[in-house]
Amino acid sequence: MAQLKHLLFRLIVTALFLAVPILGVWTFVNADQMHVWFPEAVSSFGGEIDHLFSLILWMVGITFVATEVLLVLIILRYSRRDPSRSHYTHGSHVLEMVWTAVPALLLLFILFSQMGVWSEVKIAPPHEPSDPYSRENPLMRVYASQFDWRVRYPDEEGNFEGENVVESAYDIYVPVDTKVFFDLVSRDVLHSFYVPNFRLKQDAIPGMKVPVWFEAREVGDFDLICAELCGWGHYKMAGRVHVLPQDEYTAWLEGQREALYDNGSED
Amino acid sequence: MTTAAGTRPLGIDPPGTVHVSHDHHELGFLRKYIFSVDHKVIGIQFLFTGLVMLLWGGLMAMAIRWQLAFPWTQMPILGKVLFPETGGVTTPEGYTMLFTMHGTLMIFFVIIPLLTGTFGNYLIPLMIGAPDMAFPRLNMLGYWFWWPGILCIIMAMGAEGGGPAAGWTAYPPLSTIEAAAPGSMSGQTWWLLAVTFVGVSSMMGAVNYVTTIVKMRAPGMTLFRMPLSIWGLLIAALLQLFALPVLTAAGFMQLFDRVFDAGLFTPTDVVINNTNPETMGQAAGGSPLLWQHLFWFYSHPAVYIMVVPAMGFVSDIIATHARKPIFGYKPMVYSMSSIAGLGFIVWGHHMFTSGMNPNVGLVFMSATIMIALPSAIKVFNWLGTLFRSRIELNSAMLFALAFVSMFIIGGLSGIWMAATPVDMYIHDTYIIVAHFHYVVFAGSVMAIFGSLHHWFPKMFGRLMNETLGKIHFFGTFIFLNGIFYMMHQLGLAGLMRRTADPYAYETYAALQPMNQFISICAFCLLGWQVFFVFNFFHSMFFGKRVGRNPWKSCSLEWQAPSPPGHGNFDHQLEVHHGPYEYAVPGAAEDYVPQTQPSPQVG
Ligand code: HEM
Ligand SMILES: [Cu+2]
Ligand SMILES: [Cu+2]
Repeated sequence: MAQLKHLLFRLIVTALFLAVPILGVWTFVNADQMHVWFPEAVSSFGGEIDHLFSLILWMVGITFVATEVLLVLIILRYSRRDPSRSHYTHGSHVLEMVWTAVPALLLLFILFSQMGVWSEVKIAPPHEPSDPYSRENPLMRVYASQFDWRVRYPDEEGNFEGENVVESAYDIYVPVDTKVFFDLVSRDVLHSFYVPNFRLKQDAIPGMKVPVWFEAREVGDFDLICAELCGWGHYKMAGRVHVLPQDEYTAWLEGQREALYDNGSED
Repeated sequence: MTTAAGTRPLGIDPPGTVHVSHDHHELGFLRKYIFSVDHKVIGIQFLFTGLVMLLWGGLMAMAIRWQLAFPWTQMPILGKVLFPETGGVTTPEGYTMLFTMHGTLMIFFVIIPLLTGTFGNYLIPLMIGAPDMAFPRLNMLGYWFWWPGILCIIMAMGAEGGGPAAGWTAYPPLSTIEAAAPGSMSGQTWWLLAVTFVGVSSMMGAVNYVTTIVKMRAPGMTLFRMPLSIWGLLIAALLQLFALPVLTAAGFMQLFDRVFDAGLFTPTDVVINNTNPETMGQAAGGSPLLWQHLFWFYSHPAVYIMVVPAMGFVSDIIATHARKPIFGYKPMVYSMSSIAGLGFIVWGHHMFTSGMNPNVGLVFMSATIMIALPSAIKVFNWLGTLFRSRIELNSAMLFALAFVSMFIIGGLSGIWMAATPVDMYIHDTYIIVAHFHYVVFAGSVMAIFGSLHHWFPKMFGRLMNETLGKIHFFGTFIFLNGIFYMMHQLGLAGLMRRTADPYAYETYAALQPMNQFISICAFCLLGWQVFFVFNFFHSMFFGKRVGRNPWKSCSLEWQAPSPPGHGNFDHQLEVHHGPYEYAVPGAAEDYVPQTQPSPQVG
């Protein structure tokens, strides 16, 4: 009787520990249906970042399942009430070498797989002569402040101050399939420019102009979310990025400039 | 030499001295239980205070979870206390206060004091065979310096305008310019004082732990014969010694900014809430990023302070209740040490998207990815220890096994965050929240529960109830996974942390049901802790009485009476071998205490 009870208890414990990898994998497999999975990636590097994520997911996922299952099997097998003693050992040099070297190689592989994309996004953006914008000649400047987003498009001379500067609040308009370069600034505290669909996040810092770029590959409207705590209204510091077809974007900007001009001549 | 306290060592003893306690005159209640210099009493004081703080921090978490599940609705019970002026509905400023308080309490007032304050104090002298700490009075002062910290954090929460609001990370200028967070007002200043007092308290502890371990080990207790708990505590204390001064200095800098308008973290030309601080006569020209560097230079090592001792305790629990020597004792020590060493050069992984030079990000990524290696080595060695052992599935062991199982998850998810391009997407989302709760809650808090079950008989001379312990374990394990596993998914969906009401965003609109599931698990988790509370207090008075060594464990603390009297040991100790001599072939019993010479043990 006591033996049966103990067996039952071991099985319950085993099931409990085993449920973690099983339900864990199940959640990842069904995450899409449960609406707890990545929003669609629409930037040029968004796909690459998702790919790097999946690469790590596979490596980490296999390690996770393997170690958890091994742990569970060990618990089940060695929690028997066995009158004999444990195996007496203080370790094994060979095993230590193996389980140091193998993870080390895998980790190095992960490390080197990440560097290219990071460099592309943050260090040396790709640039072709045909690109209309660059770090030196940005499309816009984004200002973050408690608790709103403002964006300025320069006048024809590239100035961000003056009469012919187009300004927009909360709504950012950019052309599709174009490398959009911009400077990110904060007027007060820290904020962060986060567009989940672009897989892009960059903090805005008062006193610094941070260069940022992205290239949207799809037309549409996307959430711009502040990702750095900036005060009580942080949760509602929302904006929208409107990715327009090239000609519509040009028409929009022209329209804005004309409106400025009209207003100016009326005064 | 009028009191017993006066006769005990106040300075450093020559190595090898063991004090045998013979004198037993009665101390008054105050000297014995309140202003005690006995490391065991101080450890238990830390334990009780820490558990109360755990409850407070836990209640803050419940309030956060209510808001995320049912935003802007009346919060039952707790709401009336926290937000009386709105009838129990969370306010936006109130929400920032809640997560700031939750993080601050849990890190500075719960995990660090429970691991180092409680177990550090209680176990170090007992496990190395010393009569007390090297500096017993400093030790007492360390506990009593905690209290001004607690008072300050109470003041912070109750401060006019709604308490500190800049998160436990307190990034300036939000934290330094009052106009930036009208809710904070004096709250942030009290917060800084609180963290400073706790820091001083930890420092006193750390000095004591290192000195005691280095100078007061029993004869024969070489460094490599110390239990892994002691190694973990030693490494954590060294981390405190080297990292805490930086946080303390940075805290004073922030205090200067707030009190004297020093502008150390305020750049020029900012306009906050329609005012430029410079026009108000405040200094500027500082850098907000400087704080982040200083803060994480402390706080990354601090996250290891929150786990390395737990790794040690878990190793001891596993070896004892699996009746098997630790597999790879030295690799365990080396990997804990390298986690600590590498821990000093990875702080920048909290700043990948901060605007720091992206080239530096590559360096921090390399160091961070490599820090996963010693973590992996530890997991494999625990598995190696359990392999071909005789596992006794009691409560202590179940919690220790849960630590191993959960630490695997937390360690592996760290790799995503270390990968800079991926971190650009997941930084500051709920996947980060999942990651650190897997290591700190599912890891360290489980280890604390396990350690309480394991060392309770030493502390109080009685066993905790096994049935209640197991019930407590099952519910806690289920609910914590319900809470934290699902947070990974929210993070992958892009959900930001510290967001009071996410559902207005198109991206997050579908996430509310998942958040409600998590919140319900959280409420159940808190409710389930009644099993622990009842078991803890009931067993203290009515638990089964036990003798010195109920677990048949090899390490020295089990040679002392349960509970040990003044001076700990009633006989002279000499250590002959390591602390994990279980299942020695040919030995009469399946364990050979460290004090017992044995021809079979090398
Ligand atoms: C396998 C080793 C680990 C790696 C590679 C790792 C990596 C990271 C990284 C890169 C971050 C920053 C993520 C971000 O903010 O975007 C992070 C955050 C964090 N980690 Fe770990 N970690 C590891 C283990 C641990 C352990 C053992 C603990 C604690 C016991 C811990 C506690 C934390 C905490 C508290 C944070 C978040 C702090 C905050 O932003 O509030 N980590 N980890
Ligand atoms: Cu914000
Ligand atoms: Cu860190």
